[in-house]
Formats: sequence, structure tokens, C-alpha cells
Amino acid sequence: MTSRRKVIGASSFLLALHLAILFAGFIAPSDPASQNRDFPFAPPTRLHFVDAQGRFHLRPFIYQTEPAPEGLYEYLENRAQAYTVRFFVSGPKYKVAGLLPLHTHLFGVDSPAQIFLAGSDSYGRDQFSRILYGGQISLAAGLLAAGISLLLGLLVGCVSGFYAGWIDESAMRLAELFLVLPWLYVLLAIRSFLPLHVSPAETFFLLVAVIGTIGWARPARLIRGIVLSAKMRKYVTASRGFGASDAYILRRHVLPHAYGTLLTQAALLVPQYVIAEVTLSFLGLGLSEPMPSWGNLLANLQQYSVLVSYWWMFLPALALVLVSLGYLAVADAFHQQLQSGSM
Amino acid sequence: MKFLERRLLHAILLLIGASLLCFLFSTLAPGSYFDEMKLNPQISSATVAALRSQYGLDQPLPLRYEHWVKSVLHGEWGYSFAYNLPVRGLVVVRARNTLLLTSLAAALAWLIAIPLGVWTASRPGQWEDRLSMAGTSFLLSVPELVVALGLLYCVIRTHALPVGGMVSADHDSLGLWGRVRDLSAHLIVPVATLVLASLPILIRHVRASMMEVLQAPFIQSARGHGIGRMTLLFRYALPAAANPLISLFGLSVAGLLSGSLLVEVISGWPGLGPLLLEACLSRDFYVVVGVVTASTLFMILGSLLADVMLAMADPRVRMDNV
Repeated sequence: MTSRRKVIGASSFLLALHLAILFAGFIAPSDPASQNRDFPFAPPTRLHFVDAQGRFHLRPFIYQTEPAPEGLYEYLENRAQAYTVRFFVSGPKYKVAGLLPLHTHLFGVDSPAQIFLAGSDSYGRDQFSRILYGGQISLAAGLLAAGISLLLGLLVGCVSGFYAGWIDESAMRLAELFLVLPWLYVLLAIRSFLPLHVSPAETFFLLVAVIGTIGWARPARLIRGIVLSAKMRKYVTASRGFGASDAYILRRHVLPHAYGTLLTQAALLVPQYVIAEVTLSFLGLGLSEPMPSWGNLLANLQQYSVLVSYWWMFLPALALVLVSLGYLAVADAFHQQLQSGSM
Repeated sequence: MKFLERRLLHAILLLIGASLLCFLFSTLAPGSYFDEMKLNPQISSATVAALRSQYGLDQPLPLRYEHWVKSVLHGEWGYSFAYNLPVRGLVVVRARNTLLLTSLAAALAWLIAIPLGVWTASRPGQWEDRLSMAGTSFLLSVPELVVALGLLYCVIRTHALPVGGMVSADHDSLGLWGRVRDLSAHLIVPVATLVLASLPILIRHVRASMMEVLQAPFIQSARGHGIGRMTLLFRYALPAAANPLISLFGLSVAGLLSGSLLVEVISGWPGLGPLLLEACLSRDFYVVVGVVTASTLFMILGSLLADVMLAMADPRVRMDNV
């Protein structure tokens, strides 16, 4: 019972994260690419609840950020006028999941004030919006790459477990080779062989394909093991006796054993691949500006001055940690569920 | 002896496979190091073609591979376009630094993980155990990248340690003791990052395999004989739990190696990582192949070491493989 509750808890946390990132346009107050050259490295805007007269407001308000008269990249709050945070305001246009054009945002403030919930970057772009939009790219990369790995692993694992013989032998030797390769080194090497300057969309799919293809070996080995043990069952022999085809047996009697493992593997692979994308983009071999991804948001920190002075540039890392925390919790819960045999 | 021979042969085959794979992937590449020269009007296309043929880039893949294997046997490992040096010299210096970093990190991580794992396994469900579980769950989901950046932030903020590189500028003028101190000050950040990143998995595995052994009847009877807690845990239970841990040791070397690439780049440690990154960006093909092969060699050596240790620790493994 408790393990079931764990699955539900962890999955709903993860679902909430994914929904927030999917509806980035709605939640983010501004466009990820719109620059405010007057506000480079503005600190996170403070939300106030108590005004100058000491009265408490349930609805938070902010003061406009202004560059300090002296000092570079230093800011003050202009306390002359308060701007209340409004909900469901109309703002810059965006598309929900790339389809539905809208311009209602979850929250915002009246101009000329601007709200930077997580500060702004060197071009004065709203970091909070960029984290949300960047999540779309990073998560999509992780999910797609995990899909590729699992599909390849499922295919190879089924074929080599079911048909055995030389196919099995050679596939497993190849898997061994892929397992012994240090994956990050290989990822970098392959990336270096691919063209460096191509369109962002092409880079994205190349990256996903490379990350996904390298990781096929582990799921393939696991699936093979399951197929091997499942095909020894008596009911498989029986259905073969009734004249069932290989494809039917695989689909109907063998693969159902593998679903739990597949789900657990997926929950483990997705964060790993999100991190792979982040790493490559961080190193400058992945997606590049102006497309926001968690990797190239974090790449700002490669400058020591940014690393030391502006703590809010670390916030993309927090998003990354939350996502991997969620996925690992789900993987853990699946695993427990699987061990207790109720899945 | 037969066992070791078989394992060695296997390792060599894997190494050949890895380098072949590298060459295969390189055929996917549309450009090469010399492509940028073509943009330069002062260099004639004949010069570029001559350079390409000098480095053997105009030959078909099997020939190129053969050429490379010969060059490896001559101890050159191909030629770097950017440095204009044989690759081996470049890689060996960097590999030594990476090896220093990863082996220190591996030793430290295991030294921490074993007592901690044994201790928490001996008191399941107690607050220490829960604390360590919560800690490892958290650490598990913090990627190395973030750990490295966070540590770097602390270090730069506090000015406690030197940042970047392997030694200070005045390293050569120091005495022996001063040199050691200087080197270890530079080692702290990268080693700490690697240890923090690899610790959670190790602790969890030590705990899990100890838990399993502690439920065995022989532990019950040892307890019944009044054997002390520490002796029981470390003298009786730990050796019985060691097998999966020794296998894990091989894998942990692998994890550390992949992790060290990033850590080296971030903290400026002159290891294989920065060399590979540079070579990738400038498409210095033979350096890339050299680094990947060297790192694969480390991984294979790690698992080979684990296999040998396993065979020494457990006679059953020896028997199975002969």
C-alpha cells in the first residue's frame, strides 16, 4: 500500500513539473528572448506584502527596479510607487505547446515595472521565463533520447533473447563494447565529428539521436534477460504448440513481463539524458544561444565573475535537480513496486 | 593463469572495437581540421590537399585505420594537427593527471562509503540510517556539473584555495614539501566533487549487500557466540558481502572517469577532459581518437582489476571461468 502511495506521490510531483514546463508560455511573464538592455544582471524582484505604512496586503506587490546612480550592475527599488502583481494579465504572445496562440499570462505587473522572479541575465532577459522555456528543450531532449534508447534496447533485447544463436552472441558482444565505452567521452567525440554549425533544430535532433543511440546497451541486456526467462514458461511452449507465431508470443506472452522494467529504466534514463544534454550544451557542443536550454543557461557560470557575483544564475541548476529528484523518486517507487511483485 | 589470459585477450579485443568504432563514426564527419584553411585566401587549395595527403586524410577508411594501428605500434598514436606533435606525448601527460585525480577520488570515496554503508546497514530504520538515505537520495539527483559549480563558488568566494590548473605559478621554486602542499590544494576541489558525486551510489550498494548478509544464519550464530559488534561487522559480514562490491569497484572507476571530464573542464584541471574538448572544437581527429582510446583503456583496466580482485577473493569465480 505504501509503495503504491509512493508511486502516486512521486508521479504527481513529476507531472506537475512537466505541466509547468509544457505551459511555459502561460506561466512565464515574458518572452524568453526579449531583452532589457537597461537591466543586465538585475537581482530577483522582491515580492512585498507589507507596505510603507505597515499595512499587510494579501496580494503581493513589487517596486520598480532602477539602476543605482553609481556602480555597474547595481540596482535599487524605487519605493515611490507600488505595482501589485496581477493574475491572468495580457502580455506578449506565445503558443501553448507550439499550437494554440494565446497572450494571457498567469501573472504580471503593469508597465513600466518589470518582474524578474529569478533575476535577469547579461542581456536583461527574464531568467524565470528562460528556465521554463529552457526546460522544454532539455526535457524534450531527455524524453526523446530515452525513447530511442528504450526502443533500440527493446528491439535488440527481444530479438537476441528470443532467437538466441549467433544473433544473440554478436548483439551481446556489441552491447559489451558499448557498456565499456566511457559514454561522456564518446558523446563528445561523436559530437565533434558531426557538423558544428547547423540550424538549431538540426542540432537538437542530432544531439537526441546521438545521446539515445549510445545508451541502447543496458536496456537491451535487461530486456534480453527477461525475454530469456519468459520464453521458458510452460504457457509459451503451449501456445507454440497451438501454432502461435513468434510475433504473437512475443507480444502476448513475453513482453508483458518487461513493462515494469521498461518503465523503471525510462525513469532512470530520462534524467540521465537530460543531464547529458545539459552537459553538452554547457560545454558549448550542444544547443547554442539564442535557444534557451538548461545547459546554456548554466554556461553563463563559466565566467568566474558571473559565478561569484550573481547567485540567481544558479537557479537553472535547481530546476535540473528537481527534475532528476522527481524521476529518481519515481524510479525508486516503480522498483519497489516491481520487487513486491504487484506490477 | 588461464583466467587472466582470457581476460586480457578480451580487453584487447574491446580496445580494438572501441578504436574501430571511433574511426567508423569519423566517416560521418563532413568536415576536417583543414577545412578552415580553405577559407584563408593566402593558403592555396594545393597546400591544403598536400596537408590532407600528408596526414593521410585522403585515403579510404580501412587504409587510414591500418595506418593508425601501425602508428600506435610505433608509439606515436597518430599526429595532432593542432599541436603538430605525436598524439601519445600529449595524451600520456594528460592521462597521468586524470589518473591521479580519479584514483585519489576512488580511494577516498570507498574509504568513506564502506564504513558509512556498514554502519547504516547495522542499524536499519534508525535515525542515522534515515539521515544517510535522505542524504544519498539528494546527492544522487544533484548532477556533477552542479556540484562542481557549487564548490567552485564556495572556493572563489572564500579565497580558501587556489582555483584552476594543477600547480601555482611559483611551483618550481618551492621545496618538496611546499610542492606537495601546493598540488594537494589544487586537488581538493576536483577530488571533492568526484567523491560527492560517486558517494551516494557506493553507500547504497554497500548498505544493500551488507543488509543481505546480516540476515544470514551464520551471522545469527556468530552473534550468539558473543562476538563483538565491530568484529562481527568488519571481520565476518563484510568479506561475505564483498563480491558485488568488488564488481561495483570496476564500474565506479568508469563513472569517475566520465565524471572527471566535466570536473576537469570546470575546475581547470589539465587532464584528458580539457584536451578532448579542445580537440573536439578544433576537429583534431587523432587526438580525439587517442583520448577516447585512452579513456576506454582506463575503463577496461578498471574492470580487469575488479575481475582479478574478485578471483583472488572468491575461489568460486576462478573455478567458473577456467
